[in-house]
Amino acid sequence: MTALFAIFLLTLLVITAFGIVRATNLFVAVMLMGIFSLQIASIFFLLDAADVALTEAAVGAGISTVLFLGALALTGPEEPKRPHGRWLSLCVVSLTTLIVLYATFDKPRLGDPNAPVHQHVAPWYLENTPALIDIPNVVTAVLASFRGYDTLGEVFVIFTAGIGVMFVLGTPWSRLSDARTPLDEAKGLRHHLIPRVVGHLLVPFIVLFGLYVQFHGDFGPGGGFQAGALIAAGLILSALLDGERASLRVVPARWLFAMVALGPLIFSGVGLATVLLGGRFLDYSVLSADPVAGQHLGILLIEAGVGVTVVGVLVSIFHGFAAREQKN
Amino acid sequence: MIVDVFSMLLLIGGGAFVFIGGLGALRMPDFYTRLHAASLTDSMGMILVLSGVVLQAGFSLATLKLLVIFVFLMLTSPTATYALANAAHLAGLAPRLGGSDDTGAE
Repeated sequence: MTALFAIFLLTLLVITAFGIVRATNLFVAVMLMGIFSLQIASIFFLLDAADVALTEAAVGAGISTVLFLGALALTGPEEPKRPHGRWLSLCVVSLTTLIVLYATFDKPRLGDPNAPVHQHVAPWYLENTPALIDIPNVVTAVLASFRGYDTLGEVFVIFTAGIGVMFVLGTPWSRLSDARTPLDEAKGLRHHLIPRVVGHLLVPFIVLFGLYVQFHGDFGPGGGFQAGALIAAGLILSALLDGERASLRVVPARWLFAMVALGPLIFSGVGLATVLLGGRFLDYSVLSADPVAGQHLGILLIEAGVGVTVVGVLVSIFHGFAAREQKN
Repeated sequence: MIVDVFSMLLLIGGGAFVFIGGLGALRMPDFYTRLHAASLTDSMGMILVLSGVVLQAGFSLATLKLLVIFVFLMLTSPTATYALANAAHLAGLAPRLGGSDDTGAE
């Protein structure tokens, strides 16, 4: 039955992918990308990868769509015609497809217990997580503790990406940080009563759910990345409803940029603290007298750092697009 | 046993509504009628399917979560439908009225 579902979803996925490639209206392509993300999130969930599914649904189907739409508002919805170079791209794509297809012949069968990925370090993680870290969600244990270096790298990637996008957008600093200008009544969905009322009802619950995902990440699917995307979605929704100016009064740009920097700071600060306390970098066991409690504390702190950065980066990118739009 | 039969009926009913909604979204003549058909999927279809699943779940935490999803969808999907129709109306898409074939459908 699961296999049947998976085949059905994968078929839909391929159809959607063709739709994205064929669409000449970029607006349609963006919507199809959202559908694509939702489908692949369902497939991840079917494969029992709930954490990844949550991330894909929140980031791929939610935030990316909004950011793409923000970009489209700046560029226009039609794809420019490019008559030359199409055969070259076709050749490159076909060649890559063939190589990938060839590579899949060496791949172990889906769910094969003897596959290298199930034999390498995964059994060790599964076996030792209860004793060393004692949290039910092994994914969080691996992400935050065993492979903390990788996650630190990811946080810095998000940090760098956020700074890069802000530079590319060239957002006028004064426009974002000056919250004293009068509220623009025409902005936001002021005339649309029903979406406004329902949206206002939902925003607090979205943020609450984000906080739940943040702090429940040790026990169930979730963690800083997903929670950050959810809270950012709540903030962006409120900005769409009331206009960016009102949203920047609630969470000023100064705070957002501080949040962007705060996450990597917390994460590496925890790492430095462990070194100063006589442990290895990001070895949380030394944070408390009891190693397991130390691990819990460390994971809580770095997950909070991840969440703060993700919220900061996503919301500042959104405001960057929105401010750019107003200028034009 | 009776609960099983009942939930099965609800699920089948929900599936039928989703199917009708999909069919309508494909076959209806213009945007607003298609939207009307599609909204069937997330209102009636959703209600029946979720009720069927709630019956299967019994009294548990899963039921509570399903009810929360239920409330969430009851709030969001009609709003989404309304927002779509409103946006189309503001963008100047006129509904296709009986007999005339000059407006509406793309």
